Amino acid sequence: MPAVVGVGYYGFNTNTPDMSWKEIMYEAAVRAYEDAGIDPRRDVDSFVTCAEDFYEGFAIFDEFVPDQLGAVVKPTCTVCADFLYGLATAYMQIESGLADIAVVEAHSKASDMKTFGEIIRHAMDPIWLKGVTRAHPYYFAALEMSYYMNKYCISEEAIAEVVVKNKGNAILNESAPYGAKLTVESVLNSPFVFYPMRKIEIAERADGAIVFVVARDEIARKITDSPVWIKGIGWWSETSSYDTRSFEALYAYKAGKMAYKMAGIEVPVKEIDIAEIDDRFAFKELQHIVALQLAGKFEVCELMREGYFSRNGSLPVNVSGGNLGVGNLLEATGAQKSLEVVLQLRREAGRRQIDCELGVAQCWRYIPTASGAVAVFGV
Amino acid sequence: MAVGKKEISCPPSAEGTGLSDADISQKNVTYFEDHPNLAYSWTAGQAMSRFLNELKNGKLIATKCEKCRRVIFPPRIYCELCYKPIDDWVYIKDTGVVQTFSISFIDPDAKPLEKPVIVAVITIDGASPNMGIMHIIDEVEPEKVYIGMRVKAVWRPESERKGTITDIKYWKPLEG
Ligand SMILES: [Zn+2]
Repeated sequence: MPAVVGVGYYGFNTNTPDMSWKEIMYEAAVRAYEDAGIDPRRDVDSFVTCAEDFYEGFAIFDEFVPDQLGAVVKPTCTVCADFLYGLATAYMQIESGLADIAVVEAHSKASDMKTFGEIIRHAMDPIWLKGVTRAHPYYFAALEMSYYMNKYCISEEAIAEVVVKNKGNAILNESAPYGAKLTVESVLNSPFVFYPMRKIEIAERADGAIVFVVARDEIARKITDSPVWIKGIGWWSETSSYDTRSFEALYAYKAGKMAYKMAGIEVPVKEIDIAEIDDRFAFKELQHIVALQLAGKFEVCELMREGYFSRNGSLPVNVSGGNLGVGNLLEATGAQKSLEVVLQLRREAGRRQIDCELGVAQCWRYIPTASGAVAVFGV
Repeated sequence: MAVGKKEISCPPSAEGTGLSDADISQKNVTYFEDHPNLAYSWTAGQAMSRFLNELKNGKLIATKCEKCRRVIFPPRIYCELCYKPIDDWVYIKDTGVVQTFSISFIDPDAKPLEKPVIVAVITIDGASPNMGIMHIIDEVEPEKVYIGMRVKAVWRPESERKGTITDIKYWKPLEG
């Protein structure tokens, strides 16, 4: 089973005026190689980067990758998806014998985009959806939220609790730029931007880069005393037809099932110690907790209110601060989730350290998708 | 059966038949048109910021790696071969040698250009081999350009420079 043997990151910041996207990739990579104690020019067999060209602002992103990762004249490829899909690619390359050591990179230089709403809108089906309205496409998330709240009696308070918890957790994370001490009342008194969604429930964008070094079983044991095993990984898509989706994060349920099965996990809620979950819209955290079988669909609100998912709770969710606290890292979202789980499992999470041996990281491919991936990490 | 196929003929020798303006304007094909406002402003970063700001001074700057001894151009903050931070900044000349060139006759829309554009990769004097700049050549008849030709940068007047790659208007043959 492949293991994570090195992690490095640069960020996370609301803006990065002093560094280019290439330079933040370099900074993250240098730290990951140092952490793993490897020389990328000599030791790495394959490099996988994760990027979406429209987020970058130029085409064929894989072309721009090698130099800053130490991958010049080496096997390199780019996956047009979140980091967790890249991790799955590295996993498969290692398991198939193509590579002994593989590197996975993802980043966000969200601050380079001047018309984010238009860029997201550009992901809509051009014939069927795009021409309907020019409203900011966050309404896609609000539509799903509206359905989800009504169907499962999700309270506004429970969603506000997610905001309070995650922004509160972020205060203990020096790398999280959006930490805040809030109350449920202050969240509920804040303005709507896409009814029933409030502005404060939407993760602000952030910049950053994350690099993982992944190695084959026996090599991992040789180069580190603290390997973090990739016990399971899964990815899943519903349908590209927006109007016929489940609106219940079926993609997360299925990707979770795939990863849990690989990891030999039968009752996730009993076995998982920590979860980092996509919360780029606050309601999504509740929806994803249920989809990942970490709570029942009618009990998730009550558990949230009781503090079950708090840092000191039975099953801490988004101890890092989540996207609400760290920021929307675009294709690096799954990377930040995985990073937190790895740091926690290695007991290197500092003031926010919790007791854990098995963790799950999950990402969604953001609006307007119904796709996502899940990884289970263990020590 | 191709649903909606119109009377479109294609001679056997043709590489392809594009839709004509008339096919679109007369709605012979069913389509939805959109012109998204996708705008970016890419942070230049440590290396390229210094490079672009030096252009305003009419100078080309490179970085140096003491391990492989290369003078790296365009500059970057790491040596991509040694995978280490660079050691120094060095100015290089605004003269060089044509390494390869092409004469372009059409624009991206396949429309003829009024005047052919001579595109070239120029190895800069003072930079290591294969460390060049892709730019354009002018003040010369296209048929007189050759690989190995010595050229010199023609700069915009200082007041017109903006810290962009077009602060160099073009490169021209270096006499003598
Ligand atoms: Zn070097």
